[in-house]
Amino acid sequence: MILARVAGRVTSTIHHPSMDGRALLVLDKLGADGRVSGGYLIAVDAAGAGPGQVVLVLDEGNGARQILGGVDLPIRSVVVGIVDDIG
Amino acid sequence: MFLGRVIGRLVAAVVTPGMEGIPLLWVQPLDKHSRPSGAAFVCADGTRMAGPGELVYWEASREAALTLDPSFVPVDHAVVGLVNDVQLDEEPADRWPAASAAVRAATAGASPASAPAPAPAPRRRRKP
Repeated sequence: MILARVAGRVTSTIHHPSMDGRALLVLDKLGADGRVSGGYLIAVDAAGAGPGQVVLVLDEGNGARQILGGVDLPIRSVVVGIVDDIG
Repeated sequence: MFLGRVIGRLVAAVVTPGMEGIPLLWVQPLDKHSRPSGAAFVCADGTRMAGPGELVYWEASREAALTLDPSFVPVDHAVVGLVNDVQLDEEPADRWPAASAAVRAATAGASPASAPAPAPAPRRRRKP
């Protein structure tokens, strides 16, 4: 899993049927110093994350399908947690 | 998933069995500001509705093939949806809200000296 910060949202009307009703977030990847490292990704929100929040992102298809409940979902990246603190 | 711009349509008369009839698009990957970033590649069109000029989001790897039916096809990039809008928040200058002193100390050399130190965030801790 990786750490990222919510940087925005993507809206889409025409999409693969498996994306119906799913919120898509634009996430900035974070480096070890807690700063945006330059990369980004678009992930399905399964945690209810809000703007600017640091989130935990699963970037693997099998786990994503397990969380979202489908055997043939074309989804690899899922926000699975909201980070409160890194100790 | 990532953003991309469809820059062309492909026609392939000879394809490997299983790929017949799959629409193929030439896609330029984009950064989050919709600026071109990296080399263009060919995507299967999982929506069957994308065309040149369209802003799309795409998926790579095994998940790309899952946009198609049947899904056991040799495809490694696919368009999953057409983008209406990308709304970006203002970029905060600080680090993560409550990075510990240990994390900051361990990575002090990695960040530019001119960067402002993060304000000490109020933290609620559960007392044992």
